[in-house]
Amino acid sequence: MSDISSDKMNAYWGETSRLMWIVMLMWVVFSFGVHAFAIQLNNIVILGFPLGFYMAAQGSLIAFVVICFWNAKAQNAIDEKYGVAED
Amino acid sequence: MKEGTSFIDNLGRIYGIYTGTFIGFVILLAILEQLGVPNKVIGYLFVFLTIGVYALIGWLSRTAQISEYYVAGRRVPAFFNGMATGADWMSAASFISMAGGLYLQGYDGLAYVLGWTGGYVLVATLLAPYLRKFGQFTVPDFLGVRYGGNVARFAGVIVLFSASFTYVVAQVFGVGIITSRFLGISFELSVFVGLLGILVCSMLGGMRAVTWTQVAQYIILIIAYLTPVVWLSTKKYGIPIPELTYGQALQQIAEIEPKLGILKGHMAAFADAKGQFSWDRFANFFALIFCLMIGTASLPHILMRYFTTPNVRDARISVGWSIFFIFLLYFTAPAYAAFAKLEVYTNVIGKPIAGLPEWVKNWQAVGGLLTIKDANNDGILQLSELIINQDIIVLSTPEIAGLPYVVSGLVAAGGLAAALSTADGLLLAIANALSHDVYYKMIDPKASTIRRLTVSRVLLVGVAIVAAATAGTRPAGIIQMVAWAFSLAAGGLFAPLVLGIWWKRTTNTGAVVGMLSGFAVTLFYLVMTRYYPAEFEAMFGTKLWFGILNISAATFGLPVAFVVTWALSLVTEAPSKEMQEFVDSIRRPKGAVAWSKDAVHE
Repeated sequence: MSDISSDKMNAYWGETSRLMWIVMLMWVVFSFGVHAFAIQLNNIVILGFPLGFYMAAQGSLIAFVVICFWNAKAQNAIDEKYGVAED
Repeated sequence: MKEGTSFIDNLGRIYGIYTGTFIGFVILLAILEQLGVPNKVIGYLFVFLTIGVYALIGWLSRTAQISEYYVAGRRVPAFFNGMATGADWMSAASFISMAGGLYLQGYDGLAYVLGWTGGYVLVATLLAPYLRKFGQFTVPDFLGVRYGGNVARFAGVIVLFSASFTYVVAQVFGVGIITSRFLGISFELSVFVGLLGILVCSMLGGMRAVTWTQVAQYIILIIAYLTPVVWLSTKKYGIPIPELTYGQALQQIAEIEPKLGILKGHMAAFADAKGQFSWDRFANFFALIFCLMIGTASLPHILMRYFTTPNVRDARISVGWSIFFIFLLYFTAPAYAAFAKLEVYTNVIGKPIAGLPEWVKNWQAVGGLLTIKDANNDGILQLSELIINQDIIVLSTPEIAGLPYVVSGLVAAGGLAAALSTADGLLLAIANALSHDVYYKMIDPKASTIRRLTVSRVLLVGVAIVAAATAGTRPAGIIQMVAWAFSLAAGGLFAPLVLGIWWKRTTNTGAVVGMLSGFAVTLFYLVMTRYYPAEFEAMFGTKLWFGILNISAATFGLPVAFVVTWALSLVTEAPSKEMQEFVDSIRRPKGAVAWSKDAVHE
């Protein structure tokens, strides 16, 4: 493919990979990290919800939804920056 | 559903009218109920009218074009693909069993809530956009093109078939439970009634029909899931947002638990039966989350939904909409569990058995799902004398709340929509893999369009019948079968898919051997620990590796798949320059896919 130079492709993929690792890090935090401290968090109670329970039942889920939309937006910005977005 | 842009442009209006009509229909049935129409008739109307609507959509969406049949013409907008994915995703396990699992397991059950949502983050970043850019028809297509042909393709089909078939059996099983409860016919017969419902949706129109029925099914299932619990929340706490009010129910449960002598609290994390911290529970909680999430990003019937969006950008946004629509149900499920538990603790336990609430008696009548044994013959129900199957918590909530029967019918219709929509997606994934990958790509590449579609439809019916026959034997619980499916898919498919896109150095040999060994280890652990525990113990001197239960079997299979793929890739010859250019071309959204010359594609 000649519509994009290999330097530019490498830079594009570098930035895309960086975004991927950031998202993976957030994924690890909300899938595992937070819940490892569930017992301690459960000592904090808000509106009847112990925080550890709440994070697994709602908090992390909200984070996942936000991360997915944010990722779409951030990746789109990268695509446009490098001129590889679809027409 | 007649062709063309006018339908796609008017989707919002069409499904808006559809939703309004459905709500009107529910209100009409509520009025009929008040006028004295018997419950049985209401149940029949719900089951048959909703199946009728799906059949109608299936009929209107019939098609004779390959790209319509396999990928819905790639014109499905991100928002509606999100809804369809939601229905495709949320199965009998989510709708019927999950809240029940939370009821029985408390905090530990939240592993399902987390595991079945977080995987979409992986789908969004690692896979969906690139598979969309690749732009063929099936997941084995990708494996075949990336890893040098039919060996990889066939290995992919084996994994796909094992995972999807296990999964579809669980769905048909769920359909059987619902139809037998609400139609009052035998479980074995119900399974085949459900089967008809599945086939009318998918047989004539393939992916196109499945897409538009799944959107319709999502609307019904989400209305059905939210209605009783919103009602219950309003009735108990005056606020129609159960996700907010069940905190109070949780507190009440926590107060009652010690009085009933319960040591392991509903909200206690990683606690054993005595309420003490247990490493075993801790490890299994995270292993299960891990396997379910990786499995999410490996299940072909989900991944193939992202083949149907118009472009790469929409595929990404579509993942966002998918998880949003799934989230609506998942963050409500723990409320169901809390309300049901509070009801059982306050109005069932400690009451005279002769005077138990009506809903308890109704469920006692359906074989084995709720049993009461007055062990000490005192006429009073003790906690240990009540056994509740997790599959009935959601289905019985309307009765618990004392709602009119029409709401029970609504919930049944929702559960049916959930099970049917997932079964549709799974059957299509299996039939497509067999007809497209095995028959067309491997056996008869010159087959005509008509022949390909005929083969696909015949296979669809064949697989469906075998699945129903298997489900009729009641092989295991729904949630367990589903979790196995996730582990099988995760162990086999995740490594070759992700590495194929993100690591150019992955070679054909590495990927194929890695895929098969990951799958084999997962399958071995699952089968041995479930069916041959004595032999397993004799072999390894332990019942379970590190105490990990077999529903998380991919905990062992997945690392094996990655390590084998990585090691073998490094010692085999690097992929050709052409192949590397192909990978580059699917990494960027713009431009054509650079097919290497030996890749067969259309």
